Amino acid sequence: MSDIKVSINNLYKIFGSDAASMVDLVKEGMSKSDLLEKHGHVLGLDNVNIDVRKQQIQVIMGLSGSGKSTLIRHINRLIEPTSGSIIVDGDDILSMSLAELRDFRRSKASMVFQKFGLLPHRKVIDNVAYGLSIQGINKEEALARSNKWIKSVGLTGFENHYPSQLSGGMQQRVGLARALATDADILLMDEAFSALDPLIRSDMQDVLLSLQEQLHKTIIFITHDLDEALKLGDDIAILRDGAVIQSGTAEKIILHPADDYVTDFIKDINKARVLKVSSVMAKDEKIKGPEISDNVIIEDALQTVSQSGSNGAIIVKNGKKIGTVSLTDMIMAIARSTENTDSDTVYR
Amino acid sequence: MSLLTEFPKMGRTDLRDFKKAIDESFRDFTRNYGEAIENFFDPLLYFLVWLEKLFLNTPWPIIMAVIALLVYFGSRSIKLTIGAIIAFLLIGYLDMWEDTMATLAIISVATIVCISVGIPIGILMARSNRTQTVVTPILDIMQTIPSFVYLIPVVMLLGIGKVPGLLAVCIYAIPPIVRLTNLGIRLVDKDVMEASEAFGASYKQKLLDVQIPLALPNIFAGVNQTIMMALSMVVIASMIGVKGLGVPVLRAISNQYLALGVMNGLAIVVLAILFDRVSQSFGKRLQAHRESGHNV
Ligand SMILES: Nc1ncnc2c1ncn2[C@@H]1O[C@H](COP(=O)(O)OP(=O)(O)O)[C@@H](O)[C@H]1O
Ligand SMILES: [Mg+2]
Repeated sequence: MSDIKVSINNLYKIFGSDAASMVDLVKEGMSKSDLLEKHGHVLGLDNVNIDVRKQQIQVIMGLSGSGKSTLIRHINRLIEPTSGSIIVDGDDILSMSLAELRDFRRSKASMVFQKFGLLPHRKVIDNVAYGLSIQGINKEEALARSNKWIKSVGLTGFENHYPSQLSGGMQQRVGLARALATDADILLMDEAFSALDPLIRSDMQDVLLSLQEQLHKTIIFITHDLDEALKLGDDIAILRDGAVIQSGTAEKIILHPADDYVTDFIKDINKARVLKVSSVMAKDEKIKGPEISDNVIIEDALQTVSQSGSNGAIIVKNGKKIGTVSLTDMIMAIARSTENTDSDTVYR
Repeated sequence: MSLLTEFPKMGRTDLRDFKKAIDESFRDFTRNYGEAIENFFDPLLYFLVWLEKLFLNTPWPIIMAVIALLVYFGSRSIKLTIGAIIAFLLIGYLDMWEDTMATLAIISVATIVCISVGIPIGILMARSNRTQTVVTPILDIMQTIPSFVYLIPVVMLLGIGKVPGLLAVCIYAIPPIVRLTNLGIRLVDKDVMEASEAFGASYKQKLLDVQIPLALPNIFAGVNQTIMMALSMVVIASMIGVKGLGVPVLRAISNQYLALGVMNGLAIVVLAILFDRVSQSFGKRLQAHRESGHNV
């Protein structure tokens, strides 16, 4: 269990004047729409259980209104749960006093927002230093540390601009630098890139991934976009009406969607670009072919195999042979997405 | 039938006793606490007198220069600065310098009082809905009740003089600054507030780093309105012993001096316009970066 950073257990959130007495109804299985119709309360979260692994990117995905923002705000207690528990590094967030909670927010978990939430009257450098100034770190040191983060998100030269003078993408770089500057090891990102144009969004995803390679934060990333979820997520949890429908790795969700809702979610993606050869690995002595690494995606493997003219490939990991993959299995695995002919809209 | 044609009213003696009881008890209150209250306001009186003397004893060219500088740095407009200089030269030339200085003194003190009392009240109002529900009707009363009505208890309590005049001006002029401080803070972008909260800001940090700076344009609009309203009270204040441009206006009314009344009235208007233009363009500059730009 020691590699679990954040553990969310049996979390319920009900919005309304008499939330506490509604929990039992929900536990007995009352649906979100019934609760609203019969009792005028909104079901925000319905028995959510998620274990976020240390230094991984945990994506939480769902359509608008599924409770994503509500969920992520429980982790730093911007929203109080109706029932349940949230454990971070063994500490129960809900038992913290106001002072302890402030300390937790200052040094343990920082947040990036969909609408950036920058201080419009402060320059970029002062925005990045905001978390540090709240901690009471002296101005000189705060600015020095902020400068480092401004550089790492590629904003050098814009230190003295005001947020309103920057494009959306650049504003969110400020938001990211501000969150990183506190050295918190948990990063909460609520649709952080959803307000950005597709190209800029993709840039920002790359920025985040390359920072994560060096920083190894525990990141909880909210999105409604499957492409983004697949690109960033080590683990993905899918939310509907406040309940987790399925959680696991991208591969697991794609290979074994839990229900129609999930199937619907993933139907348009090009599996060849998501699934790795390891997911269809077998041990078949008859297969001869080129050696490929276990984390190669099927699309690339198909290319290699077909060029070599063989019936499959040998899978290696750290230089050792660990299995084989046949051409047929690979084609079978991606079969359903090949029905989808307009290949321009597929996952990349 | 007479019940319908004639409103059922309190008996004549009862009514008289009722009013008398109120008057008596307020008089008692005055007798017991009047002096203490007067002493309480003494520092304000000294300050007002000191400021008046300062304005009057400073050689006029220096005052002119200070006004010109303030106007220029407030508005960054050469035109307005020249306009202000000409206006004050005319005021002096038409023998209204001393009254104008006295008016400026009381307006300045009233504004300082209103700001230092009004902004904290506005902040408290923004912090709790209950405070808002209590304070709002009081502000409504202060703004709508005819000034003469609250002049009565003020004069009963403090007599005729500068302090009761100042108090009357402040009662009338304080509501806008309270209201706009409250409004400004409540209108601060929720997303920015949430970010501040998420980074662990304390109440004081949120107030000083986020709410007040972002509400500043609104607070400033409140200051502007407060000054305007204080100016409009100048004549009434002079009825209870405040020196300034109101005094000749009063004299003009009772003696039917048309020219005197119009001239001093116009001097008040000139002050109002100057305050307004300067503070508005200053307020606009405050606004510059404060609108959160999500221009994605
Ligand atoms: N303060 C609130 N009061 C009442 N209902 C709310 C409140 N906040 C969120 N909700 C409801 O909870 C549900 C989940 O909202 P949210 O977490 O914002 O969804 P998402 O971020 O996935 O779009 C929605 O039905 C929303 O209307
Ligand atoms: Mg949301």
